[in-house]
Amino acid sequence: MRAPSGPDVAVGEVLLSVENVSLSFGGVKAVSDVSFDIRKGEIRAIIGPNGAGKTSMLNIINGFYHPQQGRITFKGMTRAKMRPYEAAYGGIARTFQNVALFRGMTALDNIMAGRSLKMHRGFFWQLLRHGPALEEEVEHRRRVEEIIDFLKIQEIRRTPVGRLPYGLQKRVELGRALAMEPDLLLLDEPMAGMNLEEKEDMSRFILDVNDHYGTTIALIEHDMGVVMDLSDRVVVLDHGVRIADGTPAQVKSDQAVIDAYLGVAH
Amino acid sequence: MAADAAAAADTFPKLLVRNARLFGARPAMRHKDLGIWQTWTWAEVLDLVRAYAVGLNRLGIKRGETVAIVGANRPKLYWSVMAVQMLGAVPVPVYADAVADELAYVLSHAEVRFAVVEDQEQVDKILAVMDRLPKLQEMIYDERRGLRDYDHTHLHPIDDVIEEGRKALADPEVAAWLDAEIEGGKGSDPSIILYTSGTTGVSKGVVLTGERSIVAASDSVRFDKLTEKDVALAYLPLAWVGDHYLNYAQGLVAGFCTACPENSDTAMQDLREIGPTFYFAPPRTLELLLTRVTIRMEDAGFLKRKMFHFFIDVARKYGERILNKEPVPIFGRLLYWLGELLVYGPLKNVLGFSKVRVAYTAGEAIGPDLFAFYRSIGLNLKQLYGQTEAFLYLTAQPDGQIYADTVGPVFPNVDIRIAEDGEVLFKSPGMFEGYFKDEQKTAEVMTPDGYVKTGDAGFFDEKTGHLKIIDRAKDVGRLNNGTLFPPKYIENKLKFYPNIREAVAYGDKRDFVAVMLNIDLTAVGSWAERNNVVYASYQELAQHPLVYDMIEKHVAEVNKSLAADKMMAGAQIKRFLILHKELDADDGELTRTQKVRRGFIAERYAPLIKALYGGAPEADIATEVTFEDGRKGVIKARVKIRDMKIEPASPAMGKAA
Repeated sequence: MRAPSGPDVAVGEVLLSVENVSLSFGGVKAVSDVSFDIRKGEIRAIIGPNGAGKTSMLNIINGFYHPQQGRITFKGMTRAKMRPYEAAYGGIARTFQNVALFRGMTALDNIMAGRSLKMHRGFFWQLLRHGPALEEEVEHRRRVEEIIDFLKIQEIRRTPVGRLPYGLQKRVELGRALAMEPDLLLLDEPMAGMNLEEKEDMSRFILDVNDHYGTTIALIEHDMGVVMDLSDRVVVLDHGVRIADGTPAQVKSDQAVIDAYLGVAH
Repeated sequence: MAADAAAAADTFPKLLVRNARLFGARPAMRHKDLGIWQTWTWAEVLDLVRAYAVGLNRLGIKRGETVAIVGANRPKLYWSVMAVQMLGAVPVPVYADAVADELAYVLSHAEVRFAVVEDQEQVDKILAVMDRLPKLQEMIYDERRGLRDYDHTHLHPIDDVIEEGRKALADPEVAAWLDAEIEGGKGSDPSIILYTSGTTGVSKGVVLTGERSIVAASDSVRFDKLTEKDVALAYLPLAWVGDHYLNYAQGLVAGFCTACPENSDTAMQDLREIGPTFYFAPPRTLELLLTRVTIRMEDAGFLKRKMFHFFIDVARKYGERILNKEPVPIFGRLLYWLGELLVYGPLKNVLGFSKVRVAYTAGEAIGPDLFAFYRSIGLNLKQLYGQTEAFLYLTAQPDGQIYADTVGPVFPNVDIRIAEDGEVLFKSPGMFEGYFKDEQKTAEVMTPDGYVKTGDAGFFDEKTGHLKIIDRAKDVGRLNNGTLFPPKYIENKLKFYPNIREAVAYGDKRDFVAVMLNIDLTAVGSWAERNNVVYASYQELAQHPLVYDMIEKHVAEVNKSLAADKMMAGAQIKRFLILHKELDADDGELTRTQKVRRGFIAERYAPLIKALYGGAPEADIATEVTFEDGRKGVIKARVKIRDMKIEPASPAMGKAA
């Protein structure tokens, strides 16, 4: 069966759709003619073997790469070229495969940084830290504290993130992304390099974020077990091509996926 | 004073009403939420608890019923205890980290129809064992997160229950009914059932009554002069008698403020922010804190480090004497004052001890050095001895009469007797009613004349009149000449030396006491480095003559301190050896909780035991060991044995440090 299995879990309306997108770096085709959509409120996984083009796909959604062909529609708006900050303004937040935090800053300040797009007072107001600017900051701090409470990282609030173990850094990074109150949260290998317990914790948090904030989540993940348990729908890429799309159960039994992961006899 | 006024109230709900009247505007409870300390006054707490009680009653909780309470130290769970008691029902707190099996046992044994739990984790745990709890009907939870999609027909958020009750309370008839419920509570009714942790078999439900609990708590409040101005941080398990006594009962009797940490991991930071005046910590926590301080000081700059060590030496010399109000030379006082300014003050501030007026430690023997350290920097740390069955205090050290190796004189209104076999028996004002649904076990621990057996062996120190607890009664043996032989007491004395990692003492039904020791590789290793002792392995270091010399000195000191007690003088160590390998749980020599298994070790090292008691100067031993990957090997060694001098029984003061 070569034709991708059609998704049958319709959570909500389409939040983001990718249509016939292709991206190449010189002669290397990272993504070719890929189409799929992400529906409101779902957890959508993008999986595939090494070099399948997963992170490139995330970078395209994020506005970091610009595809040579194809259309991306986010919240009903089709865009040509978008810069990452425009994506951020538009409501897309992400975490990175290799943690990208401000290492010298505390967990609190890092998450607070996620609020910066929501701050409306200008530089000078903030410098004064008085009146409306102060009120605004208090409100932002409250939101951040809610996230700290949500992720259960109270005890590291004042710890510089560089001193934290990897699993906790990942959690802080998730916190920073959550602080943006995104419509779409992109997670690039949230469980990479974690031990079993940390993975279980992180899975719990991802489900809770989806449940509690109603955030739509798109995640890239290597760990198949995690993906199958977490996500509502899975799209599978291999060598930049979409080879399957559907519920975890459908994808798991798809011959193309099995071949891509286990290899085929030539 | 609050404690005297408390005598009039014979249940905790009545005390709450009194506190709202006397200290209405004073803080009763604090909790850090979203990074900010929230405060509730006594008046507010009464208001909330009344609404909560009515809400619970609407759900069907009635007088005499039991209600499980599972979770960490959070205001709403403390209020649950209060609200349940207000209805004349009996709260049954359960350890939050209990595994599902233990939880199922307690909940079904206590026959609870309702459970108040902290969060999703606890809800899930109970749902998983639901088939073993046919009586359980409703669950009430604090933390909403993750529970939104659960079936809510038998699941209620605490806030909703309180809100329901508040609406109902608007009706004056309901308010009058509640007043009557509070008034109708009798002091002789069960107030709480505390399940013992069950380290020695199945856990038993200790039933305590309101009146006795309040009388007991009033005694300790008076003893330590606690008032409504005091503050405590509630960070030890809710279901443990210590928390129920020290924070809940004393808090209500004295009217002091109980602060709840943000979560269990932030307790150390919260301690610092709250600055409690009354503090309790088990020896292990104190040791952890000291280790952390020591490590940080080793990492500190040259000047700071030198200053720290210099002033800690000063504190060691004068600190305790100053705390005990003994005469100290003016120069010493001056130096100590300077040390307080530069080292002790800032250190106590970092640890959150700046305002502590009374601090207790209990639960296990505390090392004299550890104990002396905290006292020398000016923390009024004392020891107490108590039991769930007694509703805590049996003995406690009064200010100024502090010794590291005693647990203090008999507490006011407590009666203690030492049985023939050395077991400590007591009668106390807070004494329990019995074990819940277990007449037989209750009868087992009672003597015919109404004393309760503690299961601990101890004796009164002749010079100080303080009680010394030496071991579990069933472990205490006798030498062939009839001398009392408490193995753990001797082992602990040895283990207080950093160089000694483990000690195993033998003597029951023998002619004298002999011990096998393990050295601490880190401590002795660094000593070896400083003293140019070369070694290739643990085995070689352990058998080094210089190491034997050093350990011999420690054993001699232990003998000296044993000689100071008339009761213990006969149990001095006559021969000792240092084992060629470390005792290990993988080899079955230690339990998983790192307790020595004396019997097993005696069998395994039978040739060594034979040599110890046969008088040989050394012995050969071959032992099978299990490596971490499961492979087995054999270690052979020739172990030397040293003879010790027995000290004459001497009346020296057995004082801390």
